[in-house]
Amino acid sequence: MEYVIEVMGLTKKYGKLVAVDNVDFSVSPGEIFGLLGPNGAGKTTTVSMLCTIIKPTSGRAIVNGYDVAKHPNLVRRSIGIVFQDPTVDDRLTGRENLQIHANLYGVPKNEQKTQIEEVLHLVELTDRANDLVRTYSGGMRRRLEIARGLIHYPKVLFLDEPTVGLDPQSREHIWSYLKKLIKYNDLTIVLSTHYLEEADQFCSRVAIFDNGKIVAMDTPHHLKEELGGDTIVIRTRNNDFFYDLVKASGLAKSIVKVDKDLKMTVENAHTVLPRITDLATAHGIYVESVSLQEPRLDEVFLHFTGKELRESGEREYSGLTAAMRRQIK
Amino acid sequence: MSELQGIYTLWHREVLRYSRERTRIVSSFIQPLLWLIIFGAGISLPIHSAANISYQMFIFPGIITQALQFTSMFMGVSVIWDRQFGFLKEILVAPISRVSIFLGKMFGVSTDAIIQGIIIFPFGLLISVPLSIRAFFESIPVMMLVTFGVVCIGLTIASFLTSLESFGLIQTFVNLPLFFLSGALFPVTNIPVWLQWVFYVNPLTYGVDSLRSIILGSSWTPLLPLYQEILILCAFDTAMILIGSVAFSRRS
Repeated sequence: MEYVIEVMGLTKKYGKLVAVDNVDFSVSPGEIFGLLGPNGAGKTTTVSMLCTIIKPTSGRAIVNGYDVAKHPNLVRRSIGIVFQDPTVDDRLTGRENLQIHANLYGVPKNEQKTQIEEVLHLVELTDRANDLVRTYSGGMRRRLEIARGLIHYPKVLFLDEPTVGLDPQSREHIWSYLKKLIKYNDLTIVLSTHYLEEADQFCSRVAIFDNGKIVAMDTPHHLKEELGGDTIVIRTRNNDFFYDLVKASGLAKSIVKVDKDLKMTVENAHTVLPRITDLATAHGIYVESVSLQEPRLDEVFLHFTGKELRESGEREYSGLTAAMRRQIK
Repeated sequence: MSELQGIYTLWHREVLRYSRERTRIVSSFIQPLLWLIIFGAGISLPIHSAANISYQMFIFPGIITQALQFTSMFMGVSVIWDRQFGFLKEILVAPISRVSIFLGKMFGVSTDAIIQGIIIFPFGLLISVPLSIRAFFESIPVMMLVTFGVVCIGLTIASFLTSLESFGLIQTFVNLPLFFLSGALFPVTNIPVWLQWVFYVNPLTYGVDSLRSIILGSSWTPLLPLYQEILILCAFDTAMILIGSVAFSRRS
C-alpha cells in the first residue's frame, strides 16, 4: 500500500453551501500532514469525513485501505481522533476513560492493562490516572485525549486543533508528547490547525485550505521558497497613501494591509528597503517603524489566500460550550 | 461479540457515574419519605375499593413507580448532557453500531432507576405494608418493564432537543401528566368517567396497578388480570425501544 490516506474529489455540501469543494490529496505512512486554514475553510469538515463522522456528498476517501463510506467501522478501528472540543467524561477518572475506550475498540483484554499504562506514561499522566477528570487542567485533558486516541494501535492519528485554547506552556507540552509519537512505529498524523508556527515546525507537508478548496500543498520549506523573497513590514503615518505609492512604484512584488502595518514581499530586502524609505521621505510620509522578516508560513498563507490567518483565528462559542471553554482555559 | 462488549461498556459507565453521585442517592432516600409519611398521612383518602388498605399503603407502589419514572426520564434526557460535553462524540466514532450505543445507555440508566426504586422498599415497613420477600422479587421484573419504556421516552425526547434548558418543559408536559394520570396517588375509579380513558392509555397505569397487585396481594382488586397488564407493558417497551433506537440513530 503506497498511501495510508487517499482523497479523491471529496466534496461536502450543506444545501447550497459547499463546505469542502472537490479536494484531492494523499498521505504516505509516517507523514505528519497539516491542514491549515482559517475556521470555516473546510479543515474540520474534511477531517470529519475521513473519520466517518459525516458522509461525503461526493468523491471518495480511503483510509488505511478502507473506503470511509463503505466500511466505516474498519476505518474507525484504524484511526485515533483527538477532537477540537473536549470529549472525555469528566465524572470518571483518567484511567476509566481509557478503559472505556479500550473496550469500545475491542483491544484484547490481556493487552489492555499494559497498553493503558504505556499511553499514560507517554503523556505523563500516570500519577493522576486515578483522579476524576474534572480535576484536570485543560492541558491534562488534552493529553488524556491524545493517550486515548493511541490505545487501539491506530494507523492514523487525527488531531483537530489539538492545542487551541491552551496556554503557551501547555501547548509546548503537548507538542513534546506529539514529537515522541512521531518516533512511534510508523504512525501517520493528520493535524488541522490555525497556528502556523506549529505547522511550520512539525509538519512534513501542509495543505492550505481556503473556502473549501486546497489552494496550496507542499512541504513548508517549498511553500516558503515559492514566495521567492523577503518580507518588509512598515508602519507609516499615512498607510493608505503609501500603499498606493508602493503599488505604483513597482518596488514590491505584492503588498497587503495588515492592521496598522503594510506587509510587502520584495526580491531582496537589503537593496529594496532603502528605496522604500526614500519613497516615503520624498512624499513627506513619516515612517514609524520598519522591520525585515524571513519568510514564514504566515506569509505563505497571506500569499495564497490574501488573508491574515489570525484575523479569523479565534472561534466564537456560545452558551454552554463557551462556559466550558472558559473553565478549561 | 464486540457489540455486546460495547453495550456492556456503556452500561458500566452509566452505573459507575451513578455510584459517584452521592447527592442523588441521598435525595433518593428523602423524597419517598416525604411522599409516604407526610403527603400520605396528610391526605389519607379512604380507598373504597379495598377497605383494609390505608392511603399510605395504597400510594406505596405509586411512589416506587414515580421514583422509577422520574429517574428514568431525567437520566434518559441526560444524553443531551453527554452530547453537550462532547463525550457522545467519542462514543459515536467508536466502531460499534448506534443501536448498541442506544441499548447500552438504556440498560445503564435502567439499572440506576431500578436501584432508586429498590431503595424505597424498606420504607414500606414503616407504613406497615405487608412486604414479603416473594413480593419484592416479583416486583423487580415489573419495575424493569416500567423503566425500559420510560428511559426510551427520555432518550427519544433527547434526540429532538439540543439543550437541557428545555428539561422544565419535559417535566411539565410529559413527566407530571404521566405521573398524575397513572393512578399512583388515587384510584382510577375516583376520576370522572370522561377523563378515565387517559388513564387507560397511559402505560404507567398498568405498571402501578400490577405493582399494587403484587405488593398488596389479594386485598387489591386490579384493573385487569396481572398477565394482561404485563403484556401491555411489554408491548409498550417494544414500541418505545423501536421508536427510541430509530430516533437516536437518526439524530446522531
